[in-house]
Amino acid sequence: MNRLSWFNAVSLTLGFAFLYIPMVILIIFSFNESKLVTVWAGFSTKWYGELAQNEAFLNAAWVTIRVAVFSSTLATVLGTAAAYVLVRGGRFFGRTLFSGMIYAPLVMPEVITGLSLLLLFIGIGLDRGILTIVLAHTTFSMCFVSVVVSSRLVTFDKSLEEAALDLGCSPAQAFRLVTLPIIAPAVISGWLLAFTLSLDDLVIASFTSGPSATTLPIKIFSAVRLGVSPEINALSTIMIAVVTVGVITASLVTKRAMVRQKQDELAAARTE
Amino acid sequence: MPFQSDRRTGAALNTNVFAPWEDPQAKPLIQFQNVTKRFGGFTAIDNLSLDIFEQEFFALLGPSGCGKTTMMRMLAGFEKPTDGHIMLGGQDIDPIPPNKRAVNMMFQSYALFPHLSIWENIAFGLRRDNMPKRDLEDRVEEMLRLTRLEQFARRKPHQISGGQRQRVALARSLAKAPKLLLLDEPLGALDKKLRQDTQFELMDIQEKTGTTFVIVTHDQEEAMTVASRVAVMDQGKLMQVSTPDRIYENPNSVYVADFIGDVNIIEGRATANGDEAYQIDWAEGQSPLTATSSTGFSNGQSCHLAIRPEKVTISADRPADAINAVQGKVLDIAYLGNLSTYYVELPNGTIIKAQSANTRRISRRSFTWEDPVWLSWTATAAVLLAN
Repeated sequence: MNRLSWFNAVSLTLGFAFLYIPMVILIIFSFNESKLVTVWAGFSTKWYGELAQNEAFLNAAWVTIRVAVFSSTLATVLGTAAAYVLVRGGRFFGRTLFSGMIYAPLVMPEVITGLSLLLLFIGIGLDRGILTIVLAHTTFSMCFVSVVVSSRLVTFDKSLEEAALDLGCSPAQAFRLVTLPIIAPAVISGWLLAFTLSLDDLVIASFTSGPSATTLPIKIFSAVRLGVSPEINALSTIMIAVVTVGVITASLVTKRAMVRQKQDELAAARTE
Repeated sequence: MPFQSDRRTGAALNTNVFAPWEDPQAKPLIQFQNVTKRFGGFTAIDNLSLDIFEQEFFALLGPSGCGKTTMMRMLAGFEKPTDGHIMLGGQDIDPIPPNKRAVNMMFQSYALFPHLSIWENIAFGLRRDNMPKRDLEDRVEEMLRLTRLEQFARRKPHQISGGQRQRVALARSLAKAPKLLLLDEPLGALDKKLRQDTQFELMDIQEKTGTTFVIVTHDQEEAMTVASRVAVMDQGKLMQVSTPDRIYENPNSVYVADFIGDVNIIEGRATANGDEAYQIDWAEGQSPLTATSSTGFSNGQSCHLAIRPEKVTISADRPADAINAVQGKVLDIAYLGNLSTYYVELPNGTIIKAQSANTRRISRRSFTWEDPVWLSWTATAAVLLAN
């Protein structure tokens, strides 16, 4: 293995320090005995225990998870459908306009998206609550799903769908039996992306949430304004752990599937 | 060298020759009736009419972009003719979607479903017809046996070799016992040796199942080997439709002669010289050539003389009884192992290819570079073409 030159080593250290030092400090202080966030007073897990007792945080966490599951599922269905039509629909009138419009929310400032949704919900007289947050999150995360799924569809061999039609499938059957199982990994990673986006969204949720439903990011943000408590550190550490485990699992699964496929191909080559 | 299988040349000796295209009573399975297909401003198929008969192994041959794949996709139902009609068994199939046609296709990329096992790939079409479980299993097993894939049934497509995948694709498209099987460059992805073996396998399976096959290929050797008839296409038009031997021996145009195999083309002017015999003046100061032709040429009409290199004899001295003989010197020799092609330059600069079998070891070859040689051929060896 090559040794890093001193320049590269320094760059690497600086970069990673920049990225991870804040998080590392947060994690360390979540195990702090003291009530003061910035003064170390010995190791303790008591803030995790307190967190488990905090009704308001638990409620907010439950709301957040429900919102994330519903909105990411809805966004996946709509985003996949949009991607399919835009990639496969051939050249129909307004296709370029539509494909531009589906990506626009990616660069739209969240404040504007949130505000316009708020105005819409007030206009149609929809009470703000879990439903409105789900709708709002679906709106902004479906374009992310659509981007992920359409990049998979572009490389998808169209003759697989034609083969399905040729063997007697209706177009709907061809999609269900052939296209969907093959693009499933992209659909799942689209879902995961939408789920994560919904979990950590603060801006749009704060426009569209009501008194009956508060999500965790809103709760944390408002709690922090009253002063950072070690409880928040504990909560954030748990979120970091969940995300880390999720990301590592996903990449391990993908990597193992790739390795297995390589081995299978080698085995097949030997049987000739 | 393209060659014919024993099956088909053997058939020519029988009294019962398979040639429905010669029989005016025979009903074609497929009829292209003045079919035109345009993509925007580009005409892929240009007012084309063609009959294909039941149990034929029909090859569409041409360079890429000649429209052969479009023809096949129209038969499968993925494209609709802009003008004209396609009939299958007397029925106009234009309004029928691909999933309702008794036509199956074997795709160039094989298009095997990667998430299904070999067994499930073959069963896929049968399941769409809601075939009873027992019948379905029997049919899949039969297809596995036919294509010798029994031991791979449980594997996924990426776990088998290219040749095996090709057989899975064939088994899957044959499973529904279609009236017509379309093969899109089926052997393109295989290496030469495997391709030759598979060609014979294809012919064998075609004969066993009695299915009508239409194959699209740009490989003329492949078309000659497998097909009962070959259609040579260029720019959306049929140049010639005939049996492989007639296409090779009696091409109707310089294009076909040049596309199929190797050929020498000599341009000249024809003058009638007896019954169906012509004298061709082709170069200043050279004695005219003689060729026979059943198509008529008027005196002084410009013509092309097409001669296959293997029909040109190369010798050191002028053969005494040769009708056509020209002198030149060896410019180049292409050594192919079993054959050698000699590129001989004539005094006027024309280069004529002569091919001869290497019956002796290469060190004892009779001619080498710069040697003066004589080329000769008979009056019937060449084909006289107007254009």
